[in-house]
Amino acid sequence: MLSVELRGEARKQRAAPAGEFTDEFPMTQEPLFGERPGKAPRADRLVVLPFATSVRIAYQSIKVRFFRSLITTLSLVLAVSFLSFVDVSNDIANGMLASGDPELRQSLLRAGYDFGPEEANVASTAKQRWIIILSLLVCVVGIVNAQLMAVTERFREIGTMKCLGALDRFVLRLFLLEAGMQGLAGALSGAAAGALFALAAGLGRFGLEAVREVGAGDLGLSIGWATATGVGLSLLGVLYPAWVAARMQPVEAMRVEQ
Amino acid sequence: MPETSHVVRVSGVTKNFRIGKIEVQALKGVDLEIARGEYLSIMGPSGSGKSTLFNMIGGLDKPSAGKVFIDEVDIAQLDAYELAWLRCRKIGYIFQTFNIIQVMTALENVTLPMVFAGMNSDATVKKGMRLLEQVGLGDRHSHKPFELSGGQQQRVAIARALANDPAIILADEPTGNLDLTTGEEIIALLKRLSRERRVTVISATHDIKMLNVSDRVVWIRDGRIDKIENREELSISIGKIRVRE
Ligand SMILES: Nc1ncnc2c1ncn2[C@@H]1O[C@H](COP(=O)(O)OP(=O)(O)OP(=O)(O)O)[C@@H](O)[C@H]1O
Ligand SMILES: [Mg+2]
Repeated sequence: MLSVELRGEARKQRAAPAGEFTDEFPMTQEPLFGERPGKAPRADRLVVLPFATSVRIAYQSIKVRFFRSLITTLSLVLAVSFLSFVDVSNDIANGMLASGDPELRQSLLRAGYDFGPEEANVASTAKQRWIIILSLLVCVVGIVNAQLMAVTERFREIGTMKCLGALDRFVLRLFLLEAGMQGLAGALSGAAAGALFALAAGLGRFGLEAVREVGAGDLGLSIGWATATGVGLSLLGVLYPAWVAARMQPVEAMRVEQ
Repeated sequence: MPETSHVVRVSGVTKNFRIGKIEVQALKGVDLEIARGEYLSIMGPSGSGKSTLFNMIGGLDKPSAGKVFIDEVDIAQLDAYELAWLRCRKIGYIFQTFNIIQVMTALENVTLPMVFAGMNSDATVKKGMRLLEQVGLGDRHSHKPFELSGGQQQRVAIARALANDPAIILADEPTGNLDLTTGEEIIALLKRLSRERRVTVISATHDIKMLNVSDRVVWIRDGRIDKIENREELSISIGKIRVRE
């Protein structure tokens, strides 16, 4: 019953054009919770944070705390560049095999690549895969750790936002957006760096002929895959910290004196 | 509105905190009625429960027993969305430690509650600038909090508290971290805005300067209301305090 009245009032206010206000006669003279019978409208539209604004706030927040963001993202950059390095190295080897040039095939065998005489493909070895998985795991743990620290650092900001009417999911969304953007920037640069290293290494080991054979599609796919993995890991790492932040009660945030 | 309506009604509120096995009773049954447009100060020594009461009234914390009504609506009955809406539209908070969002400019701080309220961005900027001018910071809108003094930050907080034309402004020791003159300026500003906009101001404080501007003063001691004094009775007790100090 009570909440119906509240919703009624909310509807009444929404009916007025947004942004209309008068300083001389503010709404404070009206009852807070108007009486308005009838079906209650959906209440979850009462407070809003437009997506574009969320993106702007998240971006700004990264920019202002650039150093911290950098530290948070650094382990991701490293892990993703390793992933990309391994993938692109294999792309190069596959390109050399696909070229059908016996000399390139020989130099691959000399370099320690292990494949049968009939095989036209090299895949990453089990050992390589394990190292990659391990490095990605370490990276996620690092992100969780850094993000949890970021949440404790920002409890006052979060609490203030909640006092201003932010819903749990605004906070959640801001953290996810930040992690997404950080993840995208970090993973993209990591993937590019890894690919460049792999190409440079290929150039050094097998010469220009070999590197020329690498398929552009394969290369793009490897970089794209590494980037997507990085963004995914960044989001995975922030899930729990963001949840902690979203659940924070405003009173907890306000209690602590500076 | 009929005379009997109270913008805030606190009824038999108690609050217990449990720290390990020890139970601290911060509020031991508070009854209080606050009329629309009133400027009310909550006075009391440190640890008497002012902030705790403030948090109850502002819907930031839940009482252990008893009820808080905002415009005769029991706020314990509100769901998360309605509570957020209440905080956004109906109550403006001002804190001792300013609580300006550090990564945002003064203007962005002031406009954030309006964004939450669904106002379009041109209107928020226009109104935000006007509010900043009203608190005397029109030329500082693009400054970040760390570029502002404590008093200026508190002005931003006041402008922000007024953003959605709230019915109630809750100020927990708004002058606690400010020097004497800045504190006086902030108090005068709050008083002026409360008169001009007919906002109910509830302020927890141990700042004697607050007494001059208050319509009523609630003295809290040990989690209970010690006494409530109207403006007329005040001068006498101020005299007494001066003597006692
Ligand atoms: N979260 C909490 N956990 C445990 N005890 C608390 C908590 N918050 C307040 N208290 C206790 O409740 C009592 C009242 O605290 P409160 O903060 O309301 O005092 P106050 O009047 O605001 O004091 P001050 O003037 O120093 O701000 C104190 O004894 C305090 O220790
Ligand atoms: Mg206090």
